[in-house]
Amino acid sequence: MKIAITSTGKELTAGHDPRFGRCAYFLIYDTEEDTYKAVENKGQLAGGGAGIGAAQQMTDEGVQVVLTGNLGPNAYNLIKASGIKAYQCKAVSCQEALALYKAGKLLEISQAGPSHAGMS
Amino acid sequence: MNIAVLSGKGGTGKTTVAVNLAAILKANYVDCDVEEPNGFIFLKPRNIRSQDVKVLNPVIDKAKCTLCGECVKACQFNALFNTKKEILVFEKLCHSCEACRIACGSGALSFQERKIGVIEEGEGDGLKCYRGILDIGEPMAVPVIRQLLKNVPEGFNLLDCSPGTSCNAVSSLRYAQGAILVTEPSAFGLHDLKMAVKLVREFSLPFGVVINKWDESGYLLEVYLWQENIKVLGRLPQARKAAEEYSKGRLLKDLPLYQAGFTALAEEVKEVFLCS
Amino acid sequence: MQLTVISGKGGTGKTIIAVAISELERSAKVDCDVDAPNLYLYYQGQEIFQEDFSGGKQAVVDQLLCHECGICQTVCKFEAIVNGQIIPFSCEGCGACVLACPEQAIELRDAITAEVLVTRVSGGILSHSRMEIGSEGSGKLITILRKKAQEYAGEELIINDGSPGIGCPVISSLTATDGALIVTEPTQSGLADLQRIATLCRQFKLKTFVCINKADINEEISAQIEAYCKETGLIFVGRIPYDETVLKSINELKPIIYYKNSMANQAIRAVWDKVRKELFSC
Repeated sequence: MKIAITSTGKELTAGHDPRFGRCAYFLIYDTEEDTYKAVENKGQLAGGGAGIGAAQQMTDEGVQVVLTGNLGPNAYNLIKASGIKAYQCKAVSCQEALALYKAGKLLEISQAGPSHAGMS
Repeated sequence: MNIAVLSGKGGTGKTTVAVNLAAILKANYVDCDVEEPNGFIFLKPRNIRSQDVKVLNPVIDKAKCTLCGECVKACQFNALFNTKKEILVFEKLCHSCEACRIACGSGALSFQERKIGVIEEGEGDGLKCYRGILDIGEPMAVPVIRQLLKNVPEGFNLLDCSPGTSCNAVSSLRYAQGAILVTEPSAFGLHDLKMAVKLVREFSLPFGVVINKWDESGYLLEVYLWQENIKVLGRLPQARKAAEEYSKGRLLKDLPLYQAGFTALAEEVKEVFLCS
Repeated sequence: MQLTVISGKGGTGKTIIAVAISELERSAKVDCDVDAPNLYLYYQGQEIFQEDFSGGKQAVVDQLLCHECGICQTVCKFEAIVNGQIIPFSCEGCGACVLACPEQAIELRDAITAEVLVTRVSGGILSHSRMEIGSEGSGKLITILRKKAQEYAGEELIINDGSPGIGCPVISSLTATDGALIVTEPTQSGLADLQRIATLCRQFKLKTFVCINKADINEEISAQIEAYCKETGLIFVGRIPYDETVLKSINELKPIIYYKNSMANQAIRAVWDKVRKELFSC
């Protein structure tokens, strides 16, 4: 299974980025192989629809779980429509976020946050 | 001939100049400030006809779509999304460029119309009035402006443009053969006028400046205009009375304080744009 | 806490009031009126951040590869290609021509359209920009300016000086703010524009305040505006009288709150008191 964590940097030790559409990187962790890779968020500097671009990247990477802060209305609906589960997390590093998820301590995001249009 | 009435800054009196000039010259008045069209308040046109402004947004034929995602890749505006089960369209992000249609290998894309605003036309006192109105919540004004300006008649048209020098003002300028820049003698006015001057020079349009709310404080402005060799088409005085009349939706051209100024301005405009 | 000052109609005195508020309260300032950025004229300070901004992409034709077949021109919906030449002001960077060109002679490149600047000034930072004329993408630029302000601001309050209109830039100035202060004027145009901008604020479910500048120019419409606010649940926060000192303050580039005898000064202070109470009450 692939888990994506919204991140401020390219390593697991990097800070977790609570923004989805405008985060700097996605760390994609593969549970079977116990490996991860960092992909740049292409939607980061999009003129509009950053959340849409970011959600598309998740589907394209075959991610099944996303660990992030909030999801805007567009991203929330798309993540849901693509069958991806999103969990809310406030941890300080990506590593901790992952540990919390594995321990079953994160809540699933069950509603969209406010539309930030790039402002979160 | 289309003459654009522009201002770098909002609230300098662009609409005031445009509607009064249109009334004096019996020119057609075209309100291109589609986000906040206010000219009709003063010219009070009758017999208004309206037509919808529509843009084309993609529709995906699910029977033909192979979910390859080429359309999503082609879209520069994040308006399309591939859930792997279907392609979703975000209409307000769509620029109607049809790049997705070109990218689609299976002919699954067609387009349907969506309303984003209206265009109105009517008759004022001896002149024709046109305006575009953008629907609230729609982000893109340019298609409304474009459709409005493609449908203006032959003859002398005054285009009341959006304030500033952004894409809205620029898209009106594309249809103009000359420009009148309205400014005021404040530091703000001068700063924004310089940007507007740069813009009309970029388009190589003949232009002149109207100084509204004129008083002695505007010497820096006058120095700038003189140094740049920019034609001053007219000076209109600053008066509380003007603000009061404007607030009631009345024209200023027949007020004693403004009559001479507007008449002289109209003569200059005729000479600069119509006789050359 | 973020407050966006907007007006619908241009020239109602939005910037003057935004400057006054940010002098009364220690705050970071964002000039979201990127087409006519006047806020920075009031301030001198030290630049602490500078970055080029690309508002979007533009098509570029490689003349060596171009065979002048003209297909690009037929697919362009923006009439931005004439005789194989791209017209920069018209190109929206959609890439349709790139896809259609049989010779792969066209590509999209980032167009540098503005500079993003953060300046440290007295009483907080100022995030502003210098934009190339006729540039696209001002909505995105505003988003970046506001993000930069949040990054650098040590202050609790951020004041966004919005832009006129109801379109893309205004939407970007309003998203994720805690409140909007609409500065209107008692004119028919002002009232019409107030109704349009207030509808937009409602769509955003924002706490929306309204004040009338030059209120005594037309008492009748001022009363109408007040009634409209009551009817539609907008929080009316006061009338500011017509005051020639305001013109003087613009010409001297000195915030109106430093003119002791100015009537507008007193009224703006009262307006801010009300907004402040409401804004910080939740």
